[in-house]
Amino acid sequence: MLILLPILVPLLTAIVLVGCWTRPSVQRIIALGSSCVQLAVAALLLHQTSTGRIVTIAIGAWPPPFGIVLVADILSALMITVTGVVSVAVMVYSMSGIDANREAHGYYPLLSTLLTGVNGAFLTADIFNLYVWFELLLISSFVLTALGGGKGQLEGAVKYVTLNLIASVVFLTATGVLYGIAGTLSMGDLAARIPAIQHREILGMVAVLYLVAFGIKAAMFPLYMWLPASYHTLPAPVGALFSGLLTKVGVYAFYRMFTLVFPAMDFGMTTLILVISGFTMLVGVLGAAVQYEFRRLLSFHIVSQIGYLLFALGVGTPLALAGGIFYTIHNIIAKANLYLIAGVAARLGGSYDIRKLGGLFSAAPWLGILFLVPALSLAGVPPLSGFWAKLAVIRAGLEREHYLLGAVALITSLLTLFSMSKVWSEVFWKQRDSNPETDADPAQRPIAYQVAPIALLAAITLTLGLFAEPLFALVSDAARQLLDPSAYVDAVLRRAP
Amino acid sequence: MISPFSIILSGFLFAAAAPLLQRFTRDRAHVILALYPLLTLLLLINEYGLVVDGPVIRESLSWVPSLGIGLSFALDGLAYFFALIITTIGLLVLLYASAYFKGDQRLPRFYLLFMSFMASMLGLVLADTLITLFVFWELTGVSSYFLIGFNNQRAAARAGALQALLVTGLGGLALLAGFIMLGNIAGSYDLPRIMESSAIIQQSPLYPAILFLLLLGAFTKSAQVPFHFWLPNAMEAPTPVSAYLHSATMVKAGIYLLARLSPALGGTELWHYALSIPGAITMLLGAFLAFGQTDLKRLLAYSTISALGTLTLLLGLYTDDAVKAALIFLFVHSLYKGALFMIAGSVDHESGTRDIRALGGLYLQMPATAAAAVLAALSMAGLPPLLGFISKELLYEAKLQAPVAAPFVTAAGVCANALIVALAAKFVLMTFFGQAHSTPKQPHEAPILMRIGPALLAGFGLIAGLLPDQLASRLIEGAVQAVRPEIAPVHFSLWHGFTDVLILSTLTVGAGIALFRWGGWLLVRGERMRVLASLGPARAYDSLLRGTLRLANALTDAIQDGTLRHYLLLALIFLCVLLGAAAAPLLRHGTLPAMSGIPFHEAATAVLIALGAVTVASSKSRFTAITALGVVGFGVSLIFLFYGAPDLALTQFSIETLSIVLFVLVLPRLPKLLDTSSLSTRIRDALLSSLLGLLVALLVLLGADAHAPSHLQEFFGEYSVPFAHGRNVVNVILVDFRSLDTIGEITVLLVSALGVYALMRSWPGERQ
Repeated sequence: MLILLPILVPLLTAIVLVGCWTRPSVQRIIALGSSCVQLAVAALLLHQTSTGRIVTIAIGAWPPPFGIVLVADILSALMITVTGVVSVAVMVYSMSGIDANREAHGYYPLLSTLLTGVNGAFLTADIFNLYVWFELLLISSFVLTALGGGKGQLEGAVKYVTLNLIASVVFLTATGVLYGIAGTLSMGDLAARIPAIQHREILGMVAVLYLVAFGIKAAMFPLYMWLPASYHTLPAPVGALFSGLLTKVGVYAFYRMFTLVFPAMDFGMTTLILVISGFTMLVGVLGAAVQYEFRRLLSFHIVSQIGYLLFALGVGTPLALAGGIFYTIHNIIAKANLYLIAGVAARLGGSYDIRKLGGLFSAAPWLGILFLVPALSLAGVPPLSGFWAKLAVIRAGLEREHYLLGAVALITSLLTLFSMSKVWSEVFWKQRDSNPETDADPAQRPIAYQVAPIALLAAITLTLGLFAEPLFALVSDAARQLLDPSAYVDAVLRRAP
Repeated sequence: MISPFSIILSGFLFAAAAPLLQRFTRDRAHVILALYPLLTLLLLINEYGLVVDGPVIRESLSWVPSLGIGLSFALDGLAYFFALIITTIGLLVLLYASAYFKGDQRLPRFYLLFMSFMASMLGLVLADTLITLFVFWELTGVSSYFLIGFNNQRAAARAGALQALLVTGLGGLALLAGFIMLGNIAGSYDLPRIMESSAIIQQSPLYPAILFLLLLGAFTKSAQVPFHFWLPNAMEAPTPVSAYLHSATMVKAGIYLLARLSPALGGTELWHYALSIPGAITMLLGAFLAFGQTDLKRLLAYSTISALGTLTLLLGLYTDDAVKAALIFLFVHSLYKGALFMIAGSVDHESGTRDIRALGGLYLQMPATAAAAVLAALSMAGLPPLLGFISKELLYEAKLQAPVAAPFVTAAGVCANALIVALAAKFVLMTFFGQAHSTPKQPHEAPILMRIGPALLAGFGLIAGLLPDQLASRLIEGAVQAVRPEIAPVHFSLWHGFTDVLILSTLTVGAGIALFRWGGWLLVRGERMRVLASLGPARAYDSLLRGTLRLANALTDAIQDGTLRHYLLLALIFLCVLLGAAAAPLLRHGTLPAMSGIPFHEAATAVLIALGAVTVASSKSRFTAITALGVVGFGVSLIFLFYGAPDLALTQFSIETLSIVLFVLVLPRLPKLLDTSSLSTRIRDALLSSLLGLLVALLVLLGADAHAPSHLQEFFGEYSVPFAHGRNVVNVILVDFRSLDTIGEITVLLVSALGVYALMRSWPGERQ
């Protein structure tokens, strides 16, 4: 029953929130409470799965593979937990960090349906059901992107939704063909049947379709353009949630599908994934190097780091996948935090343009220190969380003699450091030319609501760096589960009605 | 028993507490903070005998065992030697800084960074695994970045900080790669294991690559040519920082690393040339460039580069004498250079300038500082009876016995040292003696805390020179033995008799004085050359940075050009290429699906749908397009009907009808359809879409051919009535067997409805 709650809680929350549409102040509290419950449930689920146990539930008690099964192994439970953390942070931040217009027009219900979709995608073991959750998070994020904004925002939203609809169509096509030749939709059942199917070329084409569908979701090269085209128009908390979670759902799908259903090795896709990963890392970080819009700069970094995650998948050893999962978690926390910090910097300095900002180190030294933790972590400076992530992935790559990609990953890391020091220098060190336009809204709610989640996420980044072992041990187990999916397959299939 | 971990940890705790301490002690935090280096120093002195004679003190904590990484420390002779330098000079510079920054609001910040650096530097030299070492290596680099940019309102300080960060950051990443490869070969990151694996490492085909990567790390950190240019620009840092980080400790980290890893990697021919050639060039070029400087700090910075080059050269020679000479020279250099930097800071602080042309005769106003300066400069020039003399004698001895090209190495050494003598003379004589100039501030003696440091460091150079065997031998011996355990006991003495080394020393001093006295022409040339030389790598850095940004700009503009059409184009081309590549083997084998026996009504419907689709895409009127879209939809419903799914067909039919009605209702409110694309664009788009359509059609046909009967169908048919109590299987699938999908889709509908409502209501400025 526990495993159903991460979907059920936000879904019911959304319904309740629609019920009190006109009372944003009530919505705030309910949404926050709901996120806390989700986090608690996720933590419990993580605790249950951490020993290697795989928790499942067959929806409607229909026996697999006929009904839909939800499954939580360590990877799923970890993703749900980190989703919980980010959603709590975003909800607290929204207490004072989101405008009244958005609050009055469905901001909280949309966040809740988005979380329903994200959690559903992380838990389902049915390929068509995964498609449904993708649709839900796509429509929710589309409305959130377009909500309450001007022309620029709508333009970004249209680019976002168009490319992602292509992903949906490709996903659906692949699933239709796959169902035709494999006769099943359950991912466990598929994993069990696919090795025996003779039509390898057709399966290869289907795998390519999935690669493109997930590739658009995950914003990999050359399919990522929707992301920098839209994320810089988002308000900070929405950006934080999107940057933390949306592309990572795509990455999760990559990790799940290409270890379970289409093991990358069997379908000759490792080279393809590795080549793509190198381009994604470099093109992303080069894009970031020339940006001066805080959020846009960050959005290019999202792309670049997706490259690291694909690199890990392409290398495909236990260490690589462990590193990749560690990287994902580190990155979700650090990147969401940077978006939130961008929001506070904009509140204090009146702009998202880092050239216009300045002098914040003397005005708000605490924000400077809070910025440095995720920023340096993102650049892989030890002993922060990003260092261990980078170390594990690059070490796995070098062990497999991927020297060129190792070099690309290191250069990417240097350019990330460059980007972060540029932000630091512009926003915090340099004196600003003019005084901030004091559009200080007298009705603005206390900034503490915005700082608290930033401090929380920074503390997590610091803890994951200084005490990396517990998480690293866990992701190592998760990687083992991915590489030997028999336990997952058994858990999905051997459940009596 | 001394615990390295506790020492390092408490350093960081002191750092974290510094801002609070400063507040609660009302600007007297230095008294408490000084306890840290002082106590550490006392602890170290207490272990003196143990370290030199006894076993190595090791401490190992578990850190990330899943990655095979421990937090391990070792206190051997080499670590002890460096730790002593770090704490002693750290203590003196800390006290110096408290007076230098007196009354400065930013003092808490300074203490925080300074103490963090000190702890990191201690961690670096005490580390016993490669990863531990790397962690502290990077931390010293990060604290250096913040300290160079300490005067953050100056653009030059920010640029200097960035440059140092990028140059040493590049080296740091190379180092990481080298460490990982080293760990892969040795099977462990633990330094003792690395040392044991020396033979395997040196025979590995990866050895040259590893050495290259490690040297990149060491050379960037220790400012070897061509990476030296960041160090003079780092002089933007406040002077206490320059004295501590950029002369006495951090820049020696690269040298430390080379010494530390030399038992595992050193002694090969490649090692010899890869170190001694850049080292010799750095030694000469640094001294030469220093000669033309007029800013006291930059003069010292270039002479530091020269000293670092000397150290690299000596480690490259890697004879017994060379290692000995390297360590004693490193010690001497830290003493006199630390002192001279602080003196330069005092002069700047009390007179308002550090331009050597504007200074002179300060000995009258600053007698104590001048005395320390004289002593330190004598040590720098290598004159007896200072420790610098002993060090220089050893240096020459080592160079004379260089395994390859000894005469050349020796000659280079004499040239560089003569320049250094001239520099020492220039620093002291032009600042403290000669004609007084009017300076921005009326000069006066520096406060006591700013005199202690230089006096002690310079004084120690004298005492240790007089009593070398008592004060320095054992220390150096311990350090040398950590690098080369087989070396015999080390003895130093001031007087070696009339040897060829003494002749070289005399020659050096004579040439140095001559250079100082009559070196004007060299100075003129130096000035010109300096422009050339410093433009080399510094310009390369600039153009590399600018080039990267230009490339990034062009690339980003090309890909992220803001047009949705191009994004779509790229995505679809990518899809086509991948799908085509995956389909290629099938096409080659010619196993295309059979296409016979299609009944006429199905074929006609398919043609209808295709025509509809083409019309939608090519129509110039919205109304035609929508009608054609309807044709496509109805065609699809017909196909549902043909294949025995009347309820699906009915649903599709109603949806199509409703859509068309809604479209037609809003049609008059929409603007005219603009057609902006050229013919070639349209042809390109048509070709691409047709290709993609063909590929997908191929896939679907192949899939239909490979169709396997699903066991799901059977189950649904069998269980629908008895267990799900529904006669319509499709409905039962939707609401029961796969109810979760339906919940999801219903929610999608809810969100769409909410979305339309919310978007219309929340839109700013209403519709036009």
